[in-house]
Amino acid sequence: MAEKVLMKGNEALAEAAIRAGCKTFFGYPITPQTELAAYMAKALPPIGGTYLQAESEVAAINMVYGASAAGVRVMTSSSSPGVSLKQEGISYLIGADLPALIINIQRGGPGLGGIQPSQADYWQATKATGHGDGQIIVLAPSTVQEMTDLVALAFDLGDKYRTPVMILADGLLGQMMEPVELPETDGVELPEKPWALTGHGNSREKNMANSMHLDPQELEDSILERYERYLVIKQDEQLAESYLTEDADITLVAYGAAARVARSAVNKVRAEGISAGLIRPISLWPFSVDVIEQQVPISSDFLSVEFSMGQMVDDLRLVVDGRKRVHFYGHTGGIVPTPDEIADVIRRIAAGEKVNQVAFRSY
Amino acid sequence: MASDISIMLAGFGGQGILFAGKVIAYAGLLDGREVSWLPSYGPEMRGGTANCSVVISDEPIGSPLITNPDVLIAMNMPSYDRYIGDVPSGGVVILDSSLVSGYTPRDDVSYYPIPATNLANENGLRTLGNVIMIGRLMAATGFASEETLRLAIDKSVSARHTDLIEFNKQALKLGATWQPDSEQGAESKPGAGSADTESEMAGIGAAV
Repeated sequence: MAEKVLMKGNEALAEAAIRAGCKTFFGYPITPQTELAAYMAKALPPIGGTYLQAESEVAAINMVYGASAAGVRVMTSSSSPGVSLKQEGISYLIGADLPALIINIQRGGPGLGGIQPSQADYWQATKATGHGDGQIIVLAPSTVQEMTDLVALAFDLGDKYRTPVMILADGLLGQMMEPVELPETDGVELPEKPWALTGHGNSREKNMANSMHLDPQELEDSILERYERYLVIKQDEQLAESYLTEDADITLVAYGAAARVARSAVNKVRAEGISAGLIRPISLWPFSVDVIEQQVPISSDFLSVEFSMGQMVDDLRLVVDGRKRVHFYGHTGGIVPTPDEIADVIRRIAAGEKVNQVAFRSY
Repeated sequence: MASDISIMLAGFGGQGILFAGKVIAYAGLLDGREVSWLPSYGPEMRGGTANCSVVISDEPIGSPLITNPDVLIAMNMPSYDRYIGDVPSGGVVILDSSLVSGYTPRDDVSYYPIPATNLANENGLRTLGNVIMIGRLMAATGFASEETLRLAIDKSVSARHTDLIEFNKQALKLGATWQPDSEQGAESKPGAGSADTESEMAGIGAAV
């Protein structure tokens, strides 16, 4: 086993990306993501990689498009407002079936918002990463260890399904240090990409990276083909972790840094005899439908905890579909709820109350 | 010491607050425990204050944010004023009495003042007041052994500054063995106020 080191989430993710065979990075600095790009700027040139600070996020994501079309394992990283700028390019990547890793170290929005941790980009990541019919795979780490562990998976899923993949984290995970065991450095084998635009001296049919189909039938066909892949992704790639859910009357559902706080709250109320548990979706798209469905017969109440006004709770409600009560509690704008606050909400739910609340106000 | 401990470190930018937090966190890691380290980040860094939260636990750590630190390490007056109210009854306060003085002590927390900045300046360890504070923390709480902390220093000092490791270890020793002379408890002398923490060594705090 490799030695555990203390690293910031941003830096651990960057190192894990390099160890997953990524030698090409295009980005633009923004708090609280900047250490990630800075790490790449230091680490990539000595190993023959390319780090390029583009003139804008829009430029960076289009450089990602070009590199991906050429078959290169490539990534970019940003934080919320910067990801908004990348959305057009992400849509083009979807349309051209190009894999790429996009990191969002979320901060509070809308607009320039703030720079403290937030989860208010859930909708953007899972419902509308760009215009048009399309999805991207979204993975949500909740520890610095997972910031590293999900990177290779994200690249591999992107290559397997020819789709952009996002790691959706937040300022807390990006900035904090935790012990981390980095993946082994050797033995990364990148998959063949016969679709890549590599130059071949007319030795084969030409490859195209293109998202434009002016013939509606051709466009519909291309989308239907892509949605066939989405069906497989939804069936095979759901990823979630369950904690004390076997007998949970109240099941919390939380991802990323919010899941850490939720887990502490579960421990607190368990000590008082309230049977609470936690489902932590790791894949946000595909959403962890199956594990929640299995929990519906067991729990009377579900509580979504988020650093937002309530976004993932929509997906939770779609799965529970009115069969059990669904509650929401959150904070937004960069405020992180405390375990005591969440524990208090669980106690109120256990006492029969319906909660749909941010801070002290119901919405 | 086997129980969980949460520590808030606060002071001026340049005092090595983040570095001190990293050494403390590394000590927890080396003892095989769960640890988290979370800095303040953003505009306040440029405005002069720096703080970070360290949690050492035997359980997976929920929120790395600390609202009620078991231990407050305050290296200037604004930090003391800002956080003293958050320390729960029975908590521990380690403060740099060179820079924190003239406060009304609470009677439900334990004070461990040490003139860290002055000691550092007097002993050729300028800018290592932060590590002297860790020594005081070690002596006050026993949260980690000196051996572990010496190793933590090895791990935490960046490759560019390995020549400073020995100075860090001297500072640790100094803080751990320092005894207040006749005065006891919260009786910290009015600060000599040497806020001169800028020097060529100040960079080590940020060099992680």
